[in-house]
Amino acid sequence: MTLVCRNGRRDSLTIRARIVDPGEGLDAQGTVTVEDGVVTAVEPGPAAPTGLVLAPAFVDPHVHLRTPGREDEETIASGTEAAAAGGYCAIVAMPNTEPVVDTASVLQALVERARAEALVPTGFTAAISKGQRGEELTEMAELAAAGALAFTDDGKPVASAQLMRRALAYSAVAQRPLALHCEEPALTHDGHMHEGAVSAELGLGGWPSVAETLMVERDLALAAYEGRPVHLQHLSARGSVDAVRRARLGGVAVSAEASPHHLCETDETVRSLDPNMKMNPPLRTEDDRRALVEAVLDGTIDCIATDHAPHARHEKDVPFEEAPFGVIGLETAFAALHTYLVRGGEVPLATLLERMSAGPARAFGLPVPRIAVGEPANLVLLDLDAEWTVREEHFRSRSANSWLLGRTLAGAVVKTVADGRVVFDA
Amino acid sequence: MIEPRRHLLEVADLTRADAERLLDTARALERTLDREMKKLPALRGRLVVNLFYESSTRTLASFELAAKRLSADTMTLRSSGSSVDKGESLRDTALTLGAYDPDVVIVRHPQIGAASIVARATEAHVVNAGDGKHQHPTQALLDLFTIRETLGRLDGVSVAIVGDVLHSRVARSLVEALRLVGAEPLLVAPPTLLPRGIEQMGCEVTTSIDAIADVDVVYVLRMQSERMQPGAAFVPSLREYTALYGITPERVRPGQVVMHPGPMNRGIEIDPRVADSGASLVTTQVRSGLVVRMAVLYDLLTAPGLHVAAPALEVA
Repeated sequence: MTLVCRNGRRDSLTIRARIVDPGEGLDAQGTVTVEDGVVTAVEPGPAAPTGLVLAPAFVDPHVHLRTPGREDEETIASGTEAAAAGGYCAIVAMPNTEPVVDTASVLQALVERARAEALVPTGFTAAISKGQRGEELTEMAELAAAGALAFTDDGKPVASAQLMRRALAYSAVAQRPLALHCEEPALTHDGHMHEGAVSAELGLGGWPSVAETLMVERDLALAAYEGRPVHLQHLSARGSVDAVRRARLGGVAVSAEASPHHLCETDETVRSLDPNMKMNPPLRTEDDRRALVEAVLDGTIDCIATDHAPHARHEKDVPFEEAPFGVIGLETAFAALHTYLVRGGEVPLATLLERMSAGPARAFGLPVPRIAVGEPANLVLLDLDAEWTVREEHFRSRSANSWLLGRTLAGAVVKTVADGRVVFDA
Repeated sequence: MIEPRRHLLEVADLTRADAERLLDTARALERTLDREMKKLPALRGRLVVNLFYESSTRTLASFELAAKRLSADTMTLRSSGSSVDKGESLRDTALTLGAYDPDVVIVRHPQIGAASIVARATEAHVVNAGDGKHQHPTQALLDLFTIRETLGRLDGVSVAIVGDVLHSRVARSLVEALRLVGAEPLLVAPPTLLPRGIEQMGCEVTTSIDAIADVDVVYVLRMQSERMQPGAAFVPSLREYTALYGITPERVRPGQVVMHPGPMNRGIEIDPRVADSGASLVTTQVRSGLVVRMAVLYDLLTAPGLHVAAPALEVA
């Protein structure tokens, strides 16, 4: 059992919309019938109201649920409610909690809690190194048996090449992939934003793109050497996606993420010194953003990950350099990407839907949501024409540190069906 | 800068007209410094609070005296011994201060944007007296004043800013201020002390000290010894830095003037013979600091504009 959520009755419903499932080659007006949580009919039909699109529900490979330890910022209940409102039928939680998920007992307790609280099926990852200190490996085999989907020290890089090599080799025993936060810490010390013209002018410490690319290159070289798959988290720089493209041509099994904020925004916006524009990795240049979009288009980046990172208001309401890294994203990901990339003419809707659903599911070995007879219903109903303004009070998440506050977006989630149950209905 | 409640948070808050008006006000105020009775009644009953989160002798003294010369009440809160050390957030400190109804809050803080946070949390006018490596606008104004009073103009004046640009708020503010008034900034530094992309601020950049031969003003930045600690050594040694970039008499051409924001490291970034020579404007800068800060306080509290301010000054 890799994904867990609380029990509930499977629903029956009929949805009439434009049905778009890129994996099934489907883009047509029609009707989908769900009985007791299973798709029983997909039929062509009369045109639905304009703007309504039914697609496979989304999968988020990168969520911080802040549980255990910071339940004031997010809980499994609030985080999965946010996921449901964002159109997700599955999410993967990161292990950088307090305590870190580095033993089977911590993981088992989380799984139990998710069985009681999670509205949306949730998978958990465990740390690569004990305490994420980058010194000793965790007991990966036992953690995998307890339900760890993958291993990651997310939030921190694995600085030691030796430990990374061992983790890659040993991940074969655990039969789980590694998800890597690529950052050369010697180059990012005191870094608060992308190193470039804007950081030079503001006088803020720079987090250069080469610090990411260097680690991407190192980890891809080690993955090739050990013959193990890797998943690269939240890529932000042109050099990094170029490296992924080359490695894949060379036969490395690599999947890669990009986050909505990196795909839609640049370091220019940091001039506001709004701490909600502070993430790790940082927002980069327009050239980097373009490179990420190209990588989404050609599949070099196969997953869109929110890197949903809730932070308490009082911790973000401080000078930029004091503020923690990270923004929330579950409830705004589709709308932001639809507004800036699909309406902006940079990415076709079908590509976006694939990278938000099938791509991440495959990368983590999860069932791929499909709109087909006999499949469990994992569906998201979208209204592409709905315009709404992002406001703090709307979030289901316990935190409101969004980079989109005050912006008006086009595209809203109307209904989410996860594992046969309606988990969100606007 | 002209808004219902005006602040001086960064040089970008100023138009060229604002800068020139402030420099004109400073000139009018400077004349009063030679009087036996130096105090002006202009800001009597006003409260100026210095909120200093970083150690500072010169800037704090300058603001304090500026406020006192204009008859304002002053109050100084430093980070040591205050609630700042008890973990109170900057915003909460600003809210607390606000209860005293200060007219102006002068903020120095090690982090960028701190003055803006105070500005959002109080009803007072806020002056940024240095926020991290970001901005120090009154320093830039006093440097403009010093150059204008010495050379008689700002337009077209070339200024080489030499040294640790990477860690310098003085350099960032001064580049912007010089561009605002039509002067020509040039940055001269070892490559490791030049922030990547800084040329996009609209200044020439070079690593060659020879480039200072052609400028009107040589502006020397302090080489901060904390930048030389193990693991953070931006240049191989101070000795080598001094050999390559130190401002010696041999490197100063007749007719050039030399400036330094202080405090100076004699024998490192500036040769004592230069510091003590007739070319040095260092003490002029300190005096300019006083009158420029008086002008800023005066302007913020009695604005808008010199045309209102000037007559009042004449009768004072």
